[in-house]
Amino acid sequence: MLPTPTTSHVPYSLVYEPAEDSFLLLDTLSSPSQTPFLSSLFPPATTPPPLILEIGPGSGVVLAFLTAHALPIFSRSDILTLGIDINSFACSSTTTTSLLAASSHPTTSGHFLGCLQGDLTGCLRSKQVDVLVFNPPYVPTEELPTLPATLREGGKEKGGKVTFEDESKLLELSYAGGKDGMETTDRVIDSLGEVLSDRGVAYLLLCAGNKPEEVKQRIRGMGNAGEGRQWKAETVGTSGRQAGWEKLQIVRIWRE
Amino acid sequence: MKVLTLNFLTCAVKSCKSSSDSFPLHPKDAELASDDVEVNPQLLINLLPRLDWKALKTTSTELGFPQLPDSPPTIEDLQSDEKLLKDLHSLLMETNLMEGKLVCGVCGHEYAVREGIPNFLLPSHLV
Ligand SMILES: C[S@@+](CC[C@H](N)C(=O)[O-])C[C@H]1O[C@@H](n2cnc3c(N)ncnc32)[C@H](O)[C@@H]1O
Ligand SMILES: [Zn+2]
Repeated sequence: MLPTPTTSHVPYSLVYEPAEDSFLLLDTLSSPSQTPFLSSLFPPATTPPPLILEIGPGSGVVLAFLTAHALPIFSRSDILTLGIDINSFACSSTTTTSLLAASSHPTTSGHFLGCLQGDLTGCLRSKQVDVLVFNPPYVPTEELPTLPATLREGGKEKGGKVTFEDESKLLELSYAGGKDGMETTDRVIDSLGEVLSDRGVAYLLLCAGNKPEEVKQRIRGMGNAGEGRQWKAETVGTSGRQAGWEKLQIVRIWRE
Repeated sequence: MKVLTLNFLTCAVKSCKSSSDSFPLHPKDAELASDDVEVNPQLLINLLPRLDWKALKTTSTELGFPQLPDSPPTIEDLQSDEKLLKDLHSLLMETNLMEGKLVCGVCGHEYAVREGIPNFLLPSHLV
């Protein structure tokens, strides 16, 4: 087991605290079922360094893990890692968590580029991302929350304090997924053809309430995989095996 | 954010993306900070094929770094030209953009950068 990055500096009143979903991503990405797949996609020495993007890194626990343990996970340490979160406090947390983890594992660590505040992948050039990781807001809710204007611009009042309303909005943004819990995830799925490089792969976390079998079918039917290729979507990790809608899974999406 | 990141970013306004002037974004009033990173020639050699050289050259000039050659160096160039290797290492691997703005060449929108974090959220009239 590779060590989990330290997140004790993260303000959990403003940023999603690592939970079962986060740990399922860590376990799956570093599992013996995924590491040979990843090193076959990005053979070290003969191919350019892969760009790893995490959308919504929150505390940074997953992105820092991938950065610090680049060598055992990707079979190479020349990887570039980037985060994009809508919550500016998550961006600062992710930066601290990733730099700390990287400096604690200097011999296996990749290169952390930074964490940007943004809405999904809107600010990225097309086809740059080689590995996309997303633990989305996946809980089915009546409505999808929007970011209040105060939080678009850094989010602190003059005195440096965040209001209670803004605090609860940030936490809502971290879990509330709207209809079927899929409103944000669907936007990411729709953009995969544009965002992923030709050798790219995405790891998405879904809960049972997201109707994962239907989601995978929809992905396999997407028409934009390119000449002679098809979208693949397979479950590569699960947790909480008992019946009930909280059961989680990781779906791997790629073209073949 | 490392300066290298600019090679992957464009304006977040949808209608700007089809224009080649939305990339790279142009730093304005930039405050930079430098990390000490060990030089890794192999990393730079592997990295070059995936970078847009013309955009990198623009970024380098705009940030006041030494002029880069017009065409990307070959592996042999990098192995023999120690100064070029050092310049690229310092620009790509060591330099962080901490404060300032990133400006789109098409719509002119200025994305603020604070404490190393650029903000790409758009005001509602641009979404
Ligand atoms: C369930 S949390 C996951 C946090 C972390 N990756 C983990 O596994 O512990 C979802 C994250 O997505 C972010 N997020 C929600 N909507 C977003 C959007 N439209 N663009 C970028 N990030 C978003 C939230 O701020 C939050 O940090
Ligand atoms: Zn623009």
